[in-house]
Amino acid sequence: MQSLVSAGTTRETPGAATDPARAARRRHNLTGWLFISPIVVGVVAFQFFPILVSMAASLTKWDGISSPEFVGLSNFTDIFTDDPLFYTTLWNTTYFTLASIPLTVGIGFFLAVLCAQRVRGVSFFRTAFFAPYVTNVVAIGFVWFWFFHPSDGVVNGLLGQVGVHGPEWLSSSTWAMPAVIVVSVWQGVGYPMIILLAGLQGIPEMLYESAKIDGASSLARVRYVTLPLLTPHFLFLLITQFISSFQVFGLIYVMTKGGPGHSTSVYIYNLYENAFAYGKMGYACALAWILFAVIASVTYAQWKLQNRWVFYA
Amino acid sequence: MSIARLGARALIYAVMFVLAAAFLLPLVWMLASSLKPEAQVLTIPPDFFPNHPLWSNYAAVFDRIPVFVFNSVKLATYNVVGILVVSSMAGYAFARLRFAGRDIAFMVLLATSIIPGIAYLIPQYIVFRQIGWIDTHYPLWVPRVLTPVFATFLMRQAFKTVPNELEDAAKIDGASTFGIYWRIMLPQTKPVLAAIAVFTFLDSWNDLFGPLIYLNSENLQTLPVALAQFQGEYFSQLSLLMAGATVSVVPVIVVFLLAQRYFIQGITMTGLK
Repeated sequence: MQSLVSAGTTRETPGAATDPARAARRRHNLTGWLFISPIVVGVVAFQFFPILVSMAASLTKWDGISSPEFVGLSNFTDIFTDDPLFYTTLWNTTYFTLASIPLTVGIGFFLAVLCAQRVRGVSFFRTAFFAPYVTNVVAIGFVWFWFFHPSDGVVNGLLGQVGVHGPEWLSSSTWAMPAVIVVSVWQGVGYPMIILLAGLQGIPEMLYESAKIDGASSLARVRYVTLPLLTPHFLFLLITQFISSFQVFGLIYVMTKGGPGHSTSVYIYNLYENAFAYGKMGYACALAWILFAVIASVTYAQWKLQNRWVFYA
Repeated sequence: MSIARLGARALIYAVMFVLAAAFLLPLVWMLASSLKPEAQVLTIPPDFFPNHPLWSNYAAVFDRIPVFVFNSVKLATYNVVGILVVSSMAGYAFARLRFAGRDIAFMVLLATSIIPGIAYLIPQYIVFRQIGWIDTHYPLWVPRVLTPVFATFLMRQAFKTVPNELEDAAKIDGASTFGIYWRIMLPQTKPVLAAIAVFTFLDSWNDLFGPLIYLNSENLQTLPVALAQFQGEYFSQLSLLMAGATVSVVPVIVVFLLAQRYFIQGITMTGLK
């Protein structure tokens, strides 16, 4: 590769002998760009260019086959004024996100604290808590689909043992979303656990020692040492979990297909159906940009609000 | 150790065992059900372990799935190898080479990656349809292999930590830039390469959305989508479904167990600092 590069540069710059520094610089530039050329080409072709097209497409009526028809902002006005599914799916996604984030992060924190204890076999437990995170959503969806079976499922079987008559779960418009949330939390909790575990292990033992000397109870040590020092980790988790929860798709697709009714239809599911089932590509692009606006503004707000509560040691 | 501490320790163990059981239960149920005759799968109270392990469910599944396993393995391999090559080359250049436009190029890559994939998914789909890539495997690896921005970022961090002396010594010995990258620098970043490989493998193996929108032909389908279609076909044969699900999960668990260290390292590395 090097010889190829220098051969190219000498041919292009006959003045190389008189200005070796310049030739060397040019050779450096070429080498550098050769190394980054695959990703630069990729990002321009598969991200940058499609982003521009998507912006333009959101202003058109387009099935993706015939030529697009410019309609100005009418996709957006239609979405806000004439598409009840938009509000339904936005609400369902918000419901999913608001329920799953505190549960995932909260339980993840609890598990991280457990796994930070010096007990034997801790790596087994860590693996057990983490295993669902790496398994695929289709297999998981299957298992839980049957767990939530109203009459033959394990969940209602266990509830029955303690005398509770369980609901219809996935075929009930009230209980389908909570059921999906349970599965999502079960699957996702390993990630915050690992992040918080790393955070816990990074807290210097000295801080706990000195808090102890000052007479802090173990609860006070958690309140005044552990939690403040973990706030950057919590901020990171809130931001990343929000971005991923707001784009949930797989579990919904496998477990409920958005039903019953539209009770578990989430934003991306609606977008997917508009684009690939109804062929409304321009409309779906507009939906995608609204989603982007929501994600970007919430992320920005989380970032801006951090100085109210995040503590950097 | 005092009695109180011993008690606390016992309590921690008890809590951890109960929780671990709860977390593993669905996976154990999947495995156990895959070995049961159909009539034993759904019983109340749940009958967890099969009386006589029935391996014929696996025989029936393996009859159907070799092509899906092959497709999944092929795509995972292309993605892992491709992303390692592209991200390590770019990461090396961004960390260790000086060239005009380097910092601007890096900023542009990072800025582009802030926009979620969903925002440009549709134009991508249309372009792939124009060039005849729908119902081929290309959309499932070419765009991914050529846009590993995050992996590049990780590789850049890794290359920055390699001491200058190593590079200087190689230069004195007359190594080319490519030689330095390939023989000197790359071996220094093995843990990060491993972390990226594990992540990429899992992403590719578990991907549902990509194959769902880009593939139609059954013989091109990957394991998760084929499995999702099994669901309709074998809805009443639960033990068969669970055998299929188990087959799709086992390689991932094995990879995870073997590469746990790198995986966790990768997560914590990507998370903070």
